[in-house]
Amino acid sequence: MHRGGAPRIRFERRLEQPRWLSIASPFILVAAALAVGAALLALVGAAPLVVYGRMAEIAFGSAYGWSDTTIKATPLILAGLGVSIAFKMRLWNIGAEGQLFIGAWCATGVALFLMPKDTPQALMLLAMGLAGFIGGAFWGFIPGVLKAKLNINEIITTLMLTYVAFQWNNFFVYGPWSQRGFGLTEQFPKSAWMPRFTDFGKIFPAFQGMTAHFGILLAVILAVFLWFVWRRSKWGFGVKIIGDNPRAARYAGINLTRNIIVVMMLSGGLAGIAGMVEVSGVVHRLQERFSPGYGYTAIIIAWLAKLNPLAIILVSYLFGGLLVGGDAIQPAGIAGMLQGVILFVVVGGESMLQYRIRVER
Amino acid sequence: MPDATYAVEMRDITKRFPGVLANDHVNFGAQAGEVHALLGENGAGKSTLMNVLCGLYRPEAGAILIDGQPVHFHSPRDAIQSGVGMVHQHFMLVQSQSVAENVFLGVRNASFSLRSQQMAAAVQKIGDQYGLPVDPNAKIWQLSVGEQQRVEIIKILYRGARILVLDEPTAVLTPQESEMLFQTLRAMKNDGKTIIFISHKLEEVISIADNVTVLRAGKVAATTPAKGMTKAQLASLMVGRQVFFQFDKAPAKLGEVRLALAGVEAQDDKFLPALRGVSLEVRSGEIVGIAGVAGNGQRELAETVTGLRKLTAGKITVAGRDVTGSPPLVMIDAGIAYVPEDRHHTGTAPNLSVAENLALKAYRKPPIGHGALIAPDAMQTSAVDLIRAFDISTPGPQTPARKLSGGNLQKVILAREISAEPQVLIAASPTRGLDIGATESVRKLLLAQRDEGAAILLISEDLDEIFAISDRIVVMYEGSIMGEFPTAEAEIGQVGLLMAGGEHGAHASAV
Ligand SMILES: Nc1ncnc2c1ncn2[C@@H]1O[C@H](COP(=O)(O)OP(=O)(O)OP(=O)(O)O)[C@@H](O)[C@H]1O
Ligand SMILES: [Mg+2]
Repeated sequence: MHRGGAPRIRFERRLEQPRWLSIASPFILVAAALAVGAALLALVGAAPLVVYGRMAEIAFGSAYGWSDTTIKATPLILAGLGVSIAFKMRLWNIGAEGQLFIGAWCATGVALFLMPKDTPQALMLLAMGLAGFIGGAFWGFIPGVLKAKLNINEIITTLMLTYVAFQWNNFFVYGPWSQRGFGLTEQFPKSAWMPRFTDFGKIFPAFQGMTAHFGILLAVILAVFLWFVWRRSKWGFGVKIIGDNPRAARYAGINLTRNIIVVMMLSGGLAGIAGMVEVSGVVHRLQERFSPGYGYTAIIIAWLAKLNPLAIILVSYLFGGLLVGGDAIQPAGIAGMLQGVILFVVVGGESMLQYRIRVER
Repeated sequence: MPDATYAVEMRDITKRFPGVLANDHVNFGAQAGEVHALLGENGAGKSTLMNVLCGLYRPEAGAILIDGQPVHFHSPRDAIQSGVGMVHQHFMLVQSQSVAENVFLGVRNASFSLRSQQMAAAVQKIGDQYGLPVDPNAKIWQLSVGEQQRVEIIKILYRGARILVLDEPTAVLTPQESEMLFQTLRAMKNDGKTIIFISHKLEEVISIADNVTVLRAGKVAATTPAKGMTKAQLASLMVGRQVFFQFDKAPAKLGEVRLALAGVEAQDDKFLPALRGVSLEVRSGEIVGIAGVAGNGQRELAETVTGLRKLTAGKITVAGRDVTGSPPLVMIDAGIAYVPEDRHHTGTAPNLSVAENLALKAYRKPPIGHGALIAPDAMQTSAVDLIRAFDISTPGPQTPARKLSGGNLQKVILAREISAEPQVLIAASPTRGLDIGATESVRKLLLAQRDEGAAILLISEDLDEIFAISDRIVVMYEGSIMGEFPTAEAEIGQVGLLMAGGEHGAHASAV
C-alpha cells in the first residue's frame, strides 16, 4: 500500500470549513499574528513577552486603561459596524475613513456655525449626530448610486472618495474654518461636547478621571440593534439573500437597486457617526488628521468579527487596546507594526485555513 | 486479489456526511470500452460516489483501483493524473475566458510560450476526433449549456482522461444535443475509454449503457447488464417498489382566464428579439404546455411573466388585473409562482439554510413575517412541514442548501412555489434532475394544483412530460407561437415539426 520514498508534505484544500474552525479561526489568526509580532520583536532585540505584558497592562490593567481603550474602541465599533453592513451584502465599501471625515465635517459645521452656542446639549448632540450620519450617508450614497445604476466598482469609488474627503477636510481646516492658519478649527462650545464619564465624577467617584465618553453607549446600543436586525428583521433577511445570491434575491422580489443604495448609505452613515463621536467626544474640534485610520482598521475588524455585530465590539476592544498599549511603550510604532502583521495574517491566514496539511509517506 | 479486467474498481466505499451515510460499502467496477450507467433516487449517493472516484471527497473506508492498482487520490488533480476525469452536475468554467483558455487552465506543464493558435488547434483536434464541435475562441458566457458541457468534456480529454464520469449530462440538454452527446460517448467507447454516466432518464440508460449499477439509500441495490432491462424493472430496482408511468387525469374544469398575454415582445440578454408578439391565455384549472426546443424564447417568456425581464411591447393581465411591466414583487403578490429552469443560479441561495430557502418569498407574510420582523420559530415550523410534505431528503432545516443533492434542491424550489398556493404557476422544466419517483409525485402535485383551480404554464423540452400532463399544447419557435392544440388532438409528429419551425422555419433557416 505504501509508496516508497521520503515523506511528502502536501496541502489539501478543505471542501468544507468544519464548524469549530469557523468559530476558532479569528482566535487562531490573532494568536498567529501575535506570534509573528513576537518574532519580529525578538529580532529587534526586545523581549516579546515583556512587551506584550506591558501593553496588556496599560490597556486593560486599570480602570484608566479601560477608559483609554474605550476611547479608541468607540469609533472602531461604529465604523466597523458600518463596514460590516456593506460587507454583508458583499459590497466592498473600503472608504469608511472618508465617510468618517465627512461625518465629522458635517457635525463640526453644525456645532460651530449652524447652531447657537447656547443650544441645550442634548439638542446640539442630536443635531450633530444627525449631521454626521447624513454626511457619511451621502459619502456612501455616491458610490451606492454609481454601483446600483451603472455597475461601477465600489472598491474604487469608495477609495477615491476617501481622498476627496481628506482634501475637503484639509481645505476647511486650513482655509475658511481655520484657526489662525493651523490645521484645526476653534474648539467646540461645551454644549457640543459628548458627556464623559469623568463629568459625573462628583456623583460617582469611581468615574473620576475617566475621559471615555458616552459614544461607547451609542456604539454598543447600535451593535445590539444591528445584531437584532440581522437575526429578526425582514430587511436584514433580504440583505442576507442579496449577499448570498443577487439573482435569487431579484427572483424573490427583492429590489436590488434600492437595497444597494440604502446599504451603502447606512454603511457610510455609521462611519459618519464614528467621525462625529470622535470630534465631539475626544478632539472637541475638527483638525487635519484626527483619525489614525479608524476607518481602515474597521475593515480588518469587521472581517475578523465575521460581520457579527457583537463580535465587532470585542474585536474593536482588542484593537483599541493595541493602539493604547502600543502608544505607551518602546520601541515606538509597535502598534502600527502589529496592526500590519494582523492585517497580513488575517488576509493570508484566512485562505491558509482552507487547506489542511497531510504528511504522506 | 485485484481484478485486472476492470479499468476502474471501487471496493467497499463508505462516505459519511454529518447526519447522512451517503455511500455504504459500495462496490463498483467498469471495464475499458464500457459505458456504465449509475442509477438511483435523488440523494441515493451517486454524485457522492463519483466525487470520491475523482478525488474530490475522501472516503472513510474502501479502496479505489485503477487497472488493478490501488490508488489514493487527494485531489481531482491526482485523479486526472491516473486518467479519471469528471464533468460535474454544474459546470466549473471561467465565464469570462475563452474555450481554449479554459481547457488549458491549470494544466501544469502547459508551457508559457503556448500560443493561442496552438491552444485553439489542440481544442479543435479533440473536438473533431470525438464529435464535439465548439469554437475554441468563443468566450464561455457566449455558449449554450450544451456547448459548455462539450468544453468540460474536451477539458478532461485533453488532460488524458481514460475514465470519464458524467454527472447527469443529459439533464441540461435538448433531445438533439443528447443525441450528439451519445454519438460522442460511442466514439469514446470505441476508443477504449470507460464512461460512467449518471442519469434519471431510463430510456437513454437502456439504449446507451452496457451495464447498470443501481444505488438505493447509499447501498448498491443491483448491478446488471442494461440489455434486456425494461424501464419498469429499473424503476422498481431504484425505488424498491412498483412505479407507474401513466396516471389518470381527470378532465380539466376550466374557470376564468387567470393569465393573459397579448402581443408580448421582449429581448434576450444580447438585446435581440426573443419574444415576437406572443398572445396566450391560461385559465384556472388547466395546464398549458409550452413545447419548443430550448432557446426559442421560453426562458424569456417565463421571465417576462414573472417581472424579471422588461417587455418591449404588449400587455400582461393576471386574473383580470393589468400588471404589464410590473416588478417581480408585484407579480409575486399578484399570485404568480415560478419554478425557474436554473435552480442553482436563480432558484436558491446556496449558503442559506434549507429553511431560509423555503421562506425566500414567504418571509414577508404571516405566519413568518409580522410587521418589520420575522418569526424564526414559524420559519422553522413551516420548513419542517414542507420537508415532510415534499419528501425532501436533508439532514435538517438548518443545513445549507448547497449540501443537498441536485434533485432535493429542486424539491425545495417546488415546495416553496407550490405551497404559496399560486393563482398562476409558471413551471420551467419542473422535473429536471428528479428521479422517477419524484417526477411522478411532482406531476401529480401539478395536476392536484390544477384541480384546485390554479392556472399552470408548463415549459418543457420533454415532450413526454408535456403530453403526459398538459391539457393544451402551445408550440413556440423563435419567439413566436406556431400552433396550439388540445392535448387529446395533438400528434407528436406534428408538434415536433412545428418545434423545428415547420415549413416557415425550414424556409427561414435556408436564408
Ligand atoms: N457536501 C455535502 N455535505 C453534506 N451532505 C451532503 C453533501 N453532499 C451530499 N450530501 C448528502 O449526501 C446524500 C447523497 O447525495 P448525492 O449528491 O450523492 O445524491 P445523488 O444520488 O447525486 O442525488 P441527485 O440525483 O439528487 O443528484 C444526500 O442526502 C445529500 O444531502
Ligand atoms: Mg447528484
